[in-house]
Amino acid sequence: MLSRIQVGLKPTFTDSFGNQTLKKIQADLGLKIHSVRTIKVFTVEADISAKQMKEAAGGPFSDPVTQDYSLGPLALDWKLDFDWLIEVGFRPGVTDNEGRTAAQALELLIGRKLNREEAVYTSVQYLISGSIDAEDCENIARKSLANELIQRFTIINNDDFVKAGGLKPFAAKVMDESQARMMEIDLDVSDDELMRISKEGVLALTLDEMKFIRSYLAKPEIIAQRKELGLSEKVADVELEALAQTWSEHCKHKIFSGNIDYEDLDKGTREQVSDLFGSCIQQPTRDIRAKMGENDWCLSVFKDNAGVIRFDDNWNVVFKVETHNSPSALDPYGGALTGIVGVNRDPFGTGMGAKLICNTNMFCFATPFYDKEIPARLLHPKRIFEGVREGVEHGGNKSGIPTVNGSLYFDDRYAGKPLVFCGTVGIMPKEIGGKPSENKIALPGDLIVMTGGRIGKDGIHGATFSSEELNENSPATAVQIGDPITQKKMFDCLLKARDMGLYRCITDNGAGGLSSSVGEMGEFTNGFELHLDRAPLKYAGLQPWEIFLSEAQERMTLAVSAETIDEFMALCEKMDVEATILGTFTDTGKFHCLYDGKTVAFLDMDFVYKALPPMEMQAKWQQKNFAEPALPESPVLGEELKTLLGRLNICSKEYVVRQYDHEVQGGSVVKPLTGVKNDGPSDAAVIRPVLDSFDGLVISQGVCPRYSDIDTYHMVACAMDEAIRNAICVGGSMEVMAGLDNFCWCDPIQSEKTPDGHYKLAQLVRANRALAHYARAYGVPCISGKDSMKNDYMMAGTKISIPPTLLFSVIAKIDDVRLAVTMDAKQAGDLVYILGTTYAELGASEYAIQHGATGNSVPHVRENESLPRYHALEQAMKQDLVASCHDCSDGGLGVALAETAFSGGLGLEFNLSKIPAHDIDREDVLLFSESQSRFVVTVAPDKAGDFEKTMADTGWAKIGKITAEPIMNGIGFSGKTVLSEPLAELKEAWQQTLDF
Amino acid sequence: MNNQVKAIVLTGYGTNCENEMAYACRLGGAEQVDIVHISELIYGDYSLDDYHFLNLPGGFLDGDDLGAGQAGAHRMKYATIKNSGEKMQDQLIRFVREGKLILGVCNGFQLMVKMGLLPGLDKQYDLRTVSLTYNDSSRFEDRWADLLVNKKSSCVFTTGLNHLYYPIRHGEGKFVTQDNATLQRIQDNNLVVLRYAHPETLEPTMEYPYNPNGSPNAIAGICDPSGRLFGLMPHPEAFLHRTNHPRWTREKLPEEGQGIALFRNGIDFIREHLL
Repeated sequence: MLSRIQVGLKPTFTDSFGNQTLKKIQADLGLKIHSVRTIKVFTVEADISAKQMKEAAGGPFSDPVTQDYSLGPLALDWKLDFDWLIEVGFRPGVTDNEGRTAAQALELLIGRKLNREEAVYTSVQYLISGSIDAEDCENIARKSLANELIQRFTIINNDDFVKAGGLKPFAAKVMDESQARMMEIDLDVSDDELMRISKEGVLALTLDEMKFIRSYLAKPEIIAQRKELGLSEKVADVELEALAQTWSEHCKHKIFSGNIDYEDLDKGTREQVSDLFGSCIQQPTRDIRAKMGENDWCLSVFKDNAGVIRFDDNWNVVFKVETHNSPSALDPYGGALTGIVGVNRDPFGTGMGAKLICNTNMFCFATPFYDKEIPARLLHPKRIFEGVREGVEHGGNKSGIPTVNGSLYFDDRYAGKPLVFCGTVGIMPKEIGGKPSENKIALPGDLIVMTGGRIGKDGIHGATFSSEELNENSPATAVQIGDPITQKKMFDCLLKARDMGLYRCITDNGAGGLSSSVGEMGEFTNGFELHLDRAPLKYAGLQPWEIFLSEAQERMTLAVSAETIDEFMALCEKMDVEATILGTFTDTGKFHCLYDGKTVAFLDMDFVYKALPPMEMQAKWQQKNFAEPALPESPVLGEELKTLLGRLNICSKEYVVRQYDHEVQGGSVVKPLTGVKNDGPSDAAVIRPVLDSFDGLVISQGVCPRYSDIDTYHMVACAMDEAIRNAICVGGSMEVMAGLDNFCWCDPIQSEKTPDGHYKLAQLVRANRALAHYARAYGVPCISGKDSMKNDYMMAGTKISIPPTLLFSVIAKIDDVRLAVTMDAKQAGDLVYILGTTYAELGASEYAIQHGATGNSVPHVRENESLPRYHALEQAMKQDLVASCHDCSDGGLGVALAETAFSGGLGLEFNLSKIPAHDIDREDVLLFSESQSRFVVTVAPDKAGDFEKTMADTGWAKIGKITAEPIMNGIGFSGKTVLSEPLAELKEAWQQTLDF
Repeated sequence: MNNQVKAIVLTGYGTNCENEMAYACRLGGAEQVDIVHISELIYGDYSLDDYHFLNLPGGFLDGDDLGAGQAGAHRMKYATIKNSGEKMQDQLIRFVREGKLILGVCNGFQLMVKMGLLPGLDKQYDLRTVSLTYNDSSRFEDRWADLLVNKKSSCVFTTGLNHLYYPIRHGEGKFVTQDNATLQRIQDNNLVVLRYAHPETLEPTMEYPYNPNGSPNAIAGICDPSGRLFGLMPHPEAFLHRTNHPRWTREKLPEEGQGIALFRNGIDFIREHLL
């Protein structure tokens, strides 16, 4: 039986959600509406009495103080005056978290579990008043209220609604009567046919790979083995799908491990580059570790879900950053939510499992003020921004993990694919059960156990889909919606199980689902036997291959020994966490899946994981030349500075930061916002993960995609330098500092679709060489990372490719958090220092773009100058000599000085001719050049002597002082004042851009 | 019980401030502090009867899906202890009747009002007459707020305190009552313990963002008439050391964070009256 419970805030209460929706519709669509009121609808499909319905409605489903409920249409009960009603609900199969909670509440009330046919579905009614027509309503529904990929809507006007007595109940139920059966696919066909199979099946397998599978299956001994188990020489769908995902770019990183023929057309040289990952990322880390010798604090790098380093004598920390770009383009909220709760499982599934202590994020979008036509199937950048922001808010806040650090970067080339980087840090005891916590192993005979959520068609083909550009056939099922509470419940339970020694090995279910988690863990024992029919499903109708590949969220896979399985299952039952035994890890060397006892996949582990030959690729480098910006003859520095401060890549991000809980868990030391009004921009986060210790962690990041236009080598160098100096700004130590590299590239493989693939691959080679060089130079090893290589949009002849982007994240130690430093000026009279030399490096800077061109003089990182400075500054901070320290990045010195002053609510006077500079004859270039490795530091006068002594000859100058009068005052080369701006105006310029 | 103060910190189903809440209890002087999962209470592994001080920490019970604390309150109402068959709710009411202390922070406060534990007028501890609803901004926000303590309140946790500075981190913190009469009684009985205050005047304020959610009369926390049940939206457990303060790098602050005082007061009260 289908019936509805409708709940709404009593008309005497302000409907703030309705008001917010009203504002959004007015702002985004410019429609004349004057009120929006909202009603929540629970559609209950369950065999329960009318009395129970009423109890549910008046009990868990509503708040008697603030809400009215009705078993009929509440909008009619209220006799509210409205013109249109739009109801928005989920499409069948889409995760409905509130519906799930409502169902659980109903179960408690009626004292029994709901059966498989019963459920609660939620939807929202928007009651709109205003002079709009049906077409306007369609627009509101499509562009503002619903995402049609995951939601459906109904529009009805007041008259019709009254006449019909409300809307008919509708259950978003998956109706799939299909029987589970394994299909076989004949690969003994033409090349064209092979490619058709790959393309239509969204397999993203190349012709060579398809042929490689065919030749494996044609081996006589393989045919014989398969025959015994009832398989033919054709490939089973479970096998083909599993191979496609295991060999996808997303999982196998074929570009990073392939062979590249690299030609430098400028130099006329040509060389073979093989295995970028091994040679440019892993090898520098190995070298740095070897150099550290006994003091090596890297514990587990590049082999698990996340990197592990030592924190102190009792604890290890774990860090991972992931991207979730393609899903966030299609469904920004669900994509980003899944991004954050997904990356949570990486540290949780590293070693024996880590407790999660903080999140970080970095979003790249097109401007939210985008006013050009939006290409087909894309959402407006502001909608993407809002959806992603909210998804990460819900994912982080509801998981109880503070979001301590993050940033946004805007460039219109992210209109085709936004980038959503999400990172999570975890902590685990140094030893668990007397063994190092960073290690784990499954043994033959251990049981395969899956815990957490159930399996639906969520995210099927996610991995292969991420390995392709976004196009019109991109599958709707690629979108998942995370459920932070189901995951939190599971984490609470598994941490107990970990400490009780109830499992041997753990990993997460991410891309590729079980096929990936069970397969990878099976590598410990060299085989597994998995019964797909035993997996718990959200709804009927899933094919075996779908069960195997589903990326349904909130699931971990564990290896549990026979001795502890009963205790493990009992604990899960007690803590209300679903756990299911799905099979056994074996040492047979076989990748073996069954359904109802019949074999549906039987492959050699070695074939799946080790046999694929490396990809052969070509790269050609040639330096591009850009027009130089037309700088004004006599720039008004104050105006230029104000405009810069308001630019999207510089302005305040407080709007986003405020909505993230950045201090849950109690260890917050340097927050993302700081200063006298708690609104200045911190350079990095400091947290104290162990509450009774003063040992701290510093988390920072660096990103500068625009430099890629000139040279990705310097883009990477600058991103690394930015992350490292941000960490140093707050007191991070270079003694224990590790990096994470997250590459987001546009397709770098030459093809008809990508005629500039040779150049893009050369960009990738150069980026990696910079990574290798600066990791060694700074002694900052990469401990984990990820690449996402197909961030392109291609439809109806329009192609949008992102600028090659590296996010470099840093995790460092600070020995005593009480010595941390923030960026705000502290006291009038403090002296202002600039550390580092400014070069004429306006290439791809914010100032150059402000003046209409990219230019060519991209900033370089000169480690011979910067490294001694970093070490000296670290020492100065350890002696408590520094009052404030702020990084110079986008917008250069001008911006950093202004931010230092207005965050402290104090003025600042300085002399431009005192700034250490190299070959600069223009004041604007000096103020806005984005040269690297520079800091603005303020020092109390009584500490100046010691500070200067500590900094020695590392390239610095005293340029002025902090004043009580809130004005930023600069003396120019001529000795006259060239800049005199009230701080309030500078701050306002900085705050108003994203003041949504 | 011997002369030890025993605190229980309830967790599970989306609660997430349990560790710092437990740490605050220890710093406040409790000899025994146990973090207990709701399932462990329901399975009878632990019982409220063995404790003096129940802490309901912040978080997102059941994702706040049906409204903050709503599904959580429903669970507490319907849950039955496995081994004894006793209703969870009965165990809880007994705890209250014995004069023991409950502190609910943020989601814990929301849980208390939705279970009907607060305001506890006429000694009724299962009647819902007040609620916490969506902030006027309709946003979740994390920001620090100045708080003024009502000196006339009988709240045992705020004895001797005057001005506090804690972070708020919520989307549903606007205090509302079923009618004006209820609000009047709450005020007349001095059940309002904390009000949001303007940082310059330290007077109660309706001005955003100093009053972050639009709570009428700037109400940030209330107690029951006994003063032993206290719920507040701001997070005292988030300020246990001076380095938690957002401006600790620019202000001279005592080493101890201001949040500990609330816990110490409660624990001292137990030592004096319940042991």
